[in-house]
Amino acid sequence: MENNLLFSLAPWAVLLPVFGLLLNLVFGKRLGEKGIGLIASLATGLAFLVSVLLAIALSRHPEATVVPLADWITVGQLNLAWAFRVDTLSVTMMLAVTGVGTLIHVYATGYMHKDVRHQGDPGSYRRFFVYFNLFIVAMLLLVSANNYLMLFVGWEGVGLCSYLLIGFWFNKGAEGIGNARAAKKAFVVNRIGDFGLLIAIFLLFWNFGTLEFDGIFAAAAKAAPALVLVITLFMLLGVTGKSAQLPLYVWLPDAMAGPTPVSALIHAATMVTAGVYLIARSSPLYIQVPAAQMTVAWVGALTALFAATIAVGQYDIKKVLAYSTISQLGFMVAAVGMGAYVAGMFHLVTHAFFKALLFLAAGSVIMGMEHGEEQSAHGRAPGDAHSLDPQDMRNMGGLQGRMRTTFWVYLAGALALSGIAPLSGFFSKDEILAAAFRNMPVLFILLLAAAFLTAFYMGRQIFMVFFGKARSAAAEQAHESPPVITVPLIILAVLSVVGGALNLPGVHSLGHWLEGSLAHTPTVEFIAGVALLSLAVALAGLFLAWMVYGQRRMPFKDTDPLARSLGGLFTAVYNKWWVDELYQAVILRPYQQLSDLLARTVDMGWIDGTVNGLGSAARSFAGQLRRLENGYVRSYALTIFLGVVAIMAYLFFR
Amino acid sequence: MNLTDLVTILPLAVLAVWATLLLLVDLWIPKDRKGITAVLAALGLALAMGLSLTRGQQPQQAFGGMVIVDGFAIFLDMIFLVSGLLSIALAHDYLKRMNLARGEYYALLLYAISGMILMTYAYDLIIVFLALELLSIPLYILSGFIRLNSRSEEAALKYFLLGAFSSGLVLYGVALIFGATARTDLPGILAAVQQASANPAMLLVGGALLLVGFSFKSAIVPFHEWVPDVYQGAPSSVTAFMSVGAKAAGFAALMRVFVTAFPTLSADFTPVLWGLSALTMIVGNVIALAQTNLKRLLAYSSIAQAGYLMMAFVPYAQGMVLSDTIAAMLFFLVGYMFTTLGAWAVVIAVEKAEGKGLEMTDYAGLGRRHPWLAAAMTLFMLSFIGVPPTLGFWGKFYLFRTAVEGGFTTLALLGLLASIFSAFYYFRVVVMMFMQTGKAEARRDPWLALTLGITSLGVIGFGLLPGSLLNLALQAVLKLL
Repeated sequence: MENNLLFSLAPWAVLLPVFGLLLNLVFGKRLGEKGIGLIASLATGLAFLVSVLLAIALSRHPEATVVPLADWITVGQLNLAWAFRVDTLSVTMMLAVTGVGTLIHVYATGYMHKDVRHQGDPGSYRRFFVYFNLFIVAMLLLVSANNYLMLFVGWEGVGLCSYLLIGFWFNKGAEGIGNARAAKKAFVVNRIGDFGLLIAIFLLFWNFGTLEFDGIFAAAAKAAPALVLVITLFMLLGVTGKSAQLPLYVWLPDAMAGPTPVSALIHAATMVTAGVYLIARSSPLYIQVPAAQMTVAWVGALTALFAATIAVGQYDIKKVLAYSTISQLGFMVAAVGMGAYVAGMFHLVTHAFFKALLFLAAGSVIMGMEHGEEQSAHGRAPGDAHSLDPQDMRNMGGLQGRMRTTFWVYLAGALALSGIAPLSGFFSKDEILAAAFRNMPVLFILLLAAAFLTAFYMGRQIFMVFFGKARSAAAEQAHESPPVITVPLIILAVLSVVGGALNLPGVHSLGHWLEGSLAHTPTVEFIAGVALLSLAVALAGLFLAWMVYGQRRMPFKDTDPLARSLGGLFTAVYNKWWVDELYQAVILRPYQQLSDLLARTVDMGWIDGTVNGLGSAARSFAGQLRRLENGYVRSYALTIFLGVVAIMAYLFFR
Repeated sequence: MNLTDLVTILPLAVLAVWATLLLLVDLWIPKDRKGITAVLAALGLALAMGLSLTRGQQPQQAFGGMVIVDGFAIFLDMIFLVSGLLSIALAHDYLKRMNLARGEYYALLLYAISGMILMTYAYDLIIVFLALELLSIPLYILSGFIRLNSRSEEAALKYFLLGAFSSGLVLYGVALIFGATARTDLPGILAAVQQASANPAMLLVGGALLLVGFSFKSAIVPFHEWVPDVYQGAPSSVTAFMSVGAKAAGFAALMRVFVTAFPTLSADFTPVLWGLSALTMIVGNVIALAQTNLKRLLAYSSIAQAGYLMMAFVPYAQGMVLSDTIAAMLFFLVGYMFTTLGAWAVVIAVEKAEGKGLEMTDYAGLGRRHPWLAAAMTLFMLSFIGVPPTLGFWGKFYLFRTAVEGGFTTLALLGLLASIFSAFYYFRVVVMMFMQTGKAEARRDPWLALTLGITSLGVIGFGLLPGSLLNLALQAVLKLL
């Protein structure tokens, strides 16, 4: 009885942020920054509380429970409800989203306070938190949906919020539209993926007559494998868009144009993991078709390695993290592709901790740099006040002395990401590697190489940012951020360090927890050899980074020691393998030419001509009809009479 | 008459008595404090609403079968009562501003609503006629409420003359039907027809006259010509109420009478209804295109919307789709109510004294100066067009769908084309507000804001939960058949 009460709280996880955003939308202007931040953080925090209560209820009663809220669409046999699915999988996601989300909200109250002033538009503070809460709403809808359409609403909702927040400073960036362009790119690329997911949903409804998870999974068990294969592959297209996998990953690095809390929350910890969640949620479909699983695993592993190579050649502190995110998402996708759903979810959760931490700490670094720049700019001419890029790692160096807390938490995050035992990333990554070792040895090699590169580029980043000498005046004058920034960082750092405890080898608490919703997942055995190998590889990566960047120090600020030794290869990774340029030449330009043709001759010529012609014809017709409306009662009465006569005539003389 | 009869019609009785008492009480309320009368009137409506809701949906007859109270009636009554409440909120500030604050306004409003409720209860042609007059006469007076304004007087007189004309047609129709069947109670008429004891020609003419009379109230082409003149001349708060209440009441009467008494005549009437629906959609939307005055634009828009509603009647005798089609009509009416009252609230906010501030050009630049107001207006325009996810979309969707189910695909297609066409003039308002520069001004008033909030919430909220609303409507009509 009490459990039912707890389960019935599920809709409140979504409704509370809704109230939060409405309050801020309507009254935000009068509340001031403190009030806005408090409401937004509280709304998310309370949603976290609800998620915790749901988790408690689930621990007593692990069966999936559906909590209906209201009827939604009733058309013919299609009967859809706003219904929330409470099972261990969805609650795990809810906990991660709202937990990390709350910390990032708190951080953002401090970060945005500075950022809106730095950008010269303090009125945008409210807008930011309205979007932020809206994102939480959409994300929670996505993970708690009980049918694919509601999931799709959340899926599109997070896409919209992502667009709005990447382009948050839409009049900034290169040529004043750089940020807007980045937002547009994210939106358009995601649209391609969403199209795939939509087709998959259409096919599901067309063939199974329902969109509810249980109904579909029951019906799909008897369906033709070819059909399920097509559906799962279209779904994979959606995953590659949202979770930034090959070939649709290109939007995520550009998405770093958004404020740093956005990068942390949306483009690292939560939204981009939606694809992984989608595959885990649809696991009964994927398990039926090994070919689809194989494709997923290959896409993930290739992405993991490919993105890791690019990360090695980046100078922007956030871009490195962005490519790292793509790479880590590749690990997760590879895991769920191999059927190691628990490992994938485990890595999803730990990654949410340490990648959110890294982004937020990077934000703290950027704030420190901006502060230092403002300090050092005092004596200079006002013209070149903004000449320095505060995100470029070549301008940093030696920050560990001036930003102690940020340095330590960054180090914790970097080591966790690199997979150093006993930090959280070690355990989760090891589980994926172990699964690959057992199932697909080729992928194991790819992933191991990616893990090596991960350790290397994180080491490179640590040495470039925090060690050596300051390479700019701004870096010399950088200083530590206030507690509202550092406290969430410390909490996340602790989580990153101990997060591995969620699913320790031999105990498998997360595995047993997820058994309630992922029935078909065997627990991945711990393989000591693999663990040692992955640890060795990580240490080797860090050591190499120390050799290149730590020991020798970067002599000049513009040359990367690696560029000298790698030559053309470095140019290639620095230019991101020219993928953007390739897409531009192969897809974008022909498409634009076609659009141009259609727009000029077909649309503006033929179609507009027809429509305008019809429009003016209708107008003149309307003008004629209007004359009947002459204002005389007698003529109106006559019309009524004529109407009666016409009806009578029809009834009797037809 | 006994006590049970009275209990059955209790919401109606309470409302009528309340209106009468309100007239008396109003005598002691000082002229500058008519807000008290407004609140009292609202209380009366709320009371009637509570009484209606607390009774079950089980059909109950009273007064020897003259009236029936069932789910269909209660659902429509809710529409009348809610739109009554919203139009009181609309009227309060407007009347003060236009120097029209007089207590009779609210009493007349309550009388008109009593008439509408009686219309939904009517199970006998005599009661139908009584209800028609009870709802019409207060509306005639309200239309001429701006006594010193010739336009308002003209509107009232036109409405009255043509209304009397159409009432005459209804009465003649009732007489002919009585002549044909010797009955006035709706089930009795059906029984007489089924026993073949009725004179078919007289019955047909009588039915046609009833159709014309109600079509007049619901503003169906070609019985619509009074609408733009009256809508423009009457005070905007009255027009807002009238365009929802009177129309819904006309449709309620049509539905009740035709479904209960004339299902056997469907072979004759279906083509007529088809033609009226098509004609109304086309003419309403086409002429709306040429309007520059917002009140006239909304008048033609309301005519066009009546055309969509008429679509629900075309398959009125097909038992298979009947419950779906009536439910679709009720659903559409809810959306129409929220959208219309919301749009009128915006018109009232922008309107100035002496008929100023009603031209399309007066809306130029509203988006910049009053973003919330302009956003709300945009929402209502989208809902009128039928763009998802607004409630207007679902209303049209269900209407068109039942039309297709009933086998009238052409009509549904026509409705679809008309909807696309209508985007042309609805969007002109939006373009004016957001893409033209100008000095649009608007009144800020908490009651208007409340109305706008409720109507927007209705349009969006039910738009997100159309299934719940449709299920309510389906339950309401379940016992009708």
